[in-house]
Amino acid sequence: MAKKKTTKKKTTTKIPVKKAGSRTRSRIVDKKRDAVTKKKIEDLATSVVQRSLGQKEPTFEIPIRSVSNMKYNKKKRILEMGSNTQTRSLFNLGQSRKFMQSLLLAKGCRDLIDAEKTLSLRGMYYMALHTIPGTKERTFNDQGESDSILEDLEVSLDGLREELHVFAKKRGTMVGNITVVDNGDEINCRRMGTGGYAIPSICEPNIMQFKECGADFILHVEKDTVWSRFNEDRFWEKHNCILTEGSGQPPRGVRRMLHRMHKELKLPVYCLLDCDPWGHYIYSVIKQGSINLAFESERMAIPDAMFLGIRSKDYERLDLSDDVKIELNDRDITRAKQIAAYPWFKGKREWQREIKLMLNNGFKMEVESLITKDISYVTEEYVPARLKEGDFLD
Amino acid sequence: MSSRNFAPWMEIALSWTHLGNMPKTQVQKKKKSRANVTAETLAAGQRDISVSEFFAKNRHLLGFDNPRKAMLTAIKEAVDNALDACEEAGILPHIYVRVLQISESRFKLTIRDNGPGIVRAQIENIFGKLLYGSKFHRLKMSRGQQGIGISAAGMYGLMTTGKPIVIISKTGKNKPAHEVVLKMDTSKNRPTVISDDEHPEDDKFFKEGRGTQVEIELEGKYQKGRQSIDEYLEQTSIANPHARITYVTPTNETIEYPRAIDELPAEPKEIKPHPKGIELGTLIQMLERTEARQLGGFLTKDFCRVGATKAREITKGAGMTGQTWIKTVGHDEAEKLYESIQKTRIIAPSTDCLVPIGSKALLASLLKEVKAEFFAASTRPPSVYRGNPFQIEVAIGYGGGLGRDDSAKILRFANRVPLLYSQSSCCSFKAIAETSWRNYGLTQPKNSIPSGPLVVMVHMVSVWVPFTSESKEAIADYDEIRKEMKLALQECGRKLGTYLRRRKRMSRESERRSVFERYIGEISRCCNSLVGTDTDKLYKALMKQAKRRTDEADAQLDDEGNILDDNGRLGNDDDVIIVDDMQDIPKQDESLFGSAPKKKTKKKSKKKTARKTTNKRGKK
Repeated sequence: MAKKKTTKKKTTTKIPVKKAGSRTRSRIVDKKRDAVTKKKIEDLATSVVQRSLGQKEPTFEIPIRSVSNMKYNKKKRILEMGSNTQTRSLFNLGQSRKFMQSLLLAKGCRDLIDAEKTLSLRGMYYMALHTIPGTKERTFNDQGESDSILEDLEVSLDGLREELHVFAKKRGTMVGNITVVDNGDEINCRRMGTGGYAIPSICEPNIMQFKECGADFILHVEKDTVWSRFNEDRFWEKHNCILTEGSGQPPRGVRRMLHRMHKELKLPVYCLLDCDPWGHYIYSVIKQGSINLAFESERMAIPDAMFLGIRSKDYERLDLSDDVKIELNDRDITRAKQIAAYPWFKGKREWQREIKLMLNNGFKMEVESLITKDISYVTEEYVPARLKEGDFLD
Repeated sequence: MSSRNFAPWMEIALSWTHLGNMPKTQVQKKKKSRANVTAETLAAGQRDISVSEFFAKNRHLLGFDNPRKAMLTAIKEAVDNALDACEEAGILPHIYVRVLQISESRFKLTIRDNGPGIVRAQIENIFGKLLYGSKFHRLKMSRGQQGIGISAAGMYGLMTTGKPIVIISKTGKNKPAHEVVLKMDTSKNRPTVISDDEHPEDDKFFKEGRGTQVEIELEGKYQKGRQSIDEYLEQTSIANPHARITYVTPTNETIEYPRAIDELPAEPKEIKPHPKGIELGTLIQMLERTEARQLGGFLTKDFCRVGATKAREITKGAGMTGQTWIKTVGHDEAEKLYESIQKTRIIAPSTDCLVPIGSKALLASLLKEVKAEFFAASTRPPSVYRGNPFQIEVAIGYGGGLGRDDSAKILRFANRVPLLYSQSSCCSFKAIAETSWRNYGLTQPKNSIPSGPLVVMVHMVSVWVPFTSESKEAIADYDEIRKEMKLALQECGRKLGTYLRRRKRMSRESERRSVFERYIGEISRCCNSLVGTDTDKLYKALMKQAKRRTDEADAQLDDEGNILDDNGRLGNDDDVIIVDDMQDIPKQDESLFGSAPKKKTKKKSKKKTARKTTNKRGKK
């Protein structure tokens, strides 16, 4: 027993205290929601205990997060998770460790809820990390291991990461004609300097409220480099919009933010992404939701989002130089064909044509390629022209 | 050297004395033009060759090629004779072998047995004359059969050192022992007695009151390792578990090979030749020598498995009757008779002439000499090749202290005699290479014998073991023999496979258990923290479950020390021995079968004995 106590002590001391949050803690915590989440975690533990004491194999079900268990809802135009689950059991050599990790993290989340604090994914990893008594084995080898277990836990508890008091590293920036309230602090996104407002990982209504918005639309660009160009050229001011960026594949915070602004402020979303399969998939994730997080599509997907560019026809249309061509490699080609075959792309003739043209061209183009025309070509000519023409891919 | 099998070439050798003229007359014609060479001058050089002279010149044919092999062959002949004599007299053999180094290349061999002894009148004939003995004119399973080996050893000693052979023999408690010093007159194949002493009755040599001792001084070379005297004696002990062998090495160490069983093997019965097992020449020879006067009598009396009906069938097929007079049967008739025999269906020869070692005895002696953890043996039912009954026995030893990296060690025996030379040309080697050991969980290079800690023993018993060469080193590759060998090997292999698979499974299970054990503690603590369940209670419940789910790992731990597998097959198999604690097996530094056993991880049972060594078949 003494042993047990020491380990427990260790874990609690490892919780890094988030100083900033302490001032307005009461706002982070949604007592009612937390009670529900806590109940779910305790139910999980209770079922494990009951099965163990009844000499039955302790197990729990995890919905499968893969293409095979994912459906495209044509009506809602989003990806939804199917009903297939996999059983994680203790007495299966391949799952034993994961089973233990799941319980460790579940306990960690419960402790977080009790402490009324939130932790990053990395923080969670450290919180549940220790050496198993009597062995040299550590509960987690790296953060990747704990991250994927946390995703499992989310789906099996049917509770979002936010509800488990866990957040991801901040990624993504925003500026524009809007004022938000983030955890009680009023943030005027028109006065964010060159850096912009970092979109938090958790953008739920209890933390993030929209105070005032004068924008007409949202322009989402792929990377911060492009975003900086737009911000420097005060694009959002000239065109009265909100400018967001998701550092490649947008994290959940950015997607949630876009979703909420789209839904609550009725702002159309336009995406300026690279002309390559990865750019296309970013668009697909924003629009329909991702395969891995299909269970969150409802809260994140923006079925009405539009693809503004870069288009494969831009090479000829804009008379770009040969230097911007980046040859498609085998992986690109396979991926492009894969994307073209996704059910939500399949029925769209425009998209099929777009992908086919890219494959025929045999090269991809980045947004930055427009710089070869002029430093501010993209902000002054390209995007305004597209917006004016209304030339988007749906 | 005393195999029937050099009969063919021996006949050639002998025939030179009769037919010697023929080739020479041809030569003569060619050389006619040469001066001073006439048929008469040539005739002066043409004379009989004595058997002993022939062998003296061609001693490699008898296994006296080089000093090392010669010394081994001499010991082998003497030990084989001693064992044969003891068994025939119904005495549990105790053989004493001493190799005394006199100088760099000169050794004195002493081989003493507790056999029935030899009557004084026969001593010089047996030891001083080639082709003299009791075993040649019969068809019976025994080690030696020619009556040539020991005298050849004496001859070799005489030729290389000039020293005569000394024989002491005592036939009973109240009879005096005779010490005879013999020299062989090679030109006449005749013994010359140099001295003849009578020992007093209370002679110290023979504690049991009888026995024979041979002393040969010869040129030799002593070297340990493969194909050494030590290896020969060790293997002899394996194939003759009823024999006790005491061996004094040139370095004056005494090595004792104790008995594994105190039971003499059954006396093999002598049989008559089977009609299908003889060749035309032999048939003609038999016709010439038979005491029968009519064909019917000849067939029924001189062969086995031929009754009146069969005799009639054979003679009818040859266009003759049972009443045909033997003297009217010429070459043509004999040939017809031979063909008729081949066409007639005759039941296989009786097999009570074969006395295998038996699985039980085999296992017992392997256990004694080989430091393995798993043993399996298989005795095939008797079978027939070319009319000769034979039987194959196979035993394998695996793991334990055996060498892990080398290829398997093969022990070959024919009629309980170890075969040490020409391994790769032996039928058994081919049978082992053809068996797919990979199916049994071993590694096996293509077209080769398996590798790993494995000893394979193959024993063939037969009234006539077909050797590839005169020096009795390898068994000829007959399809029937190889097939039987493979079947026996496969039977042992399957048991080994079962054992290895189960061992693997058990280690996997115990690994599984430890994995579960590690996580169960974590899980109990988590649940305790989450819902307040008592940590210990939960831990115990989960451990119980883990144990139940992995109890395969505990299979070794049952009361009897028996292994409980799915249906107890292996644990109850009489032909299998599994050694739990390798340290029980006496350590022997100078062993051919791997160095002292390494400490094994798989030790669990407290029982220290090897299990189950009973086998009904072995008790024939």
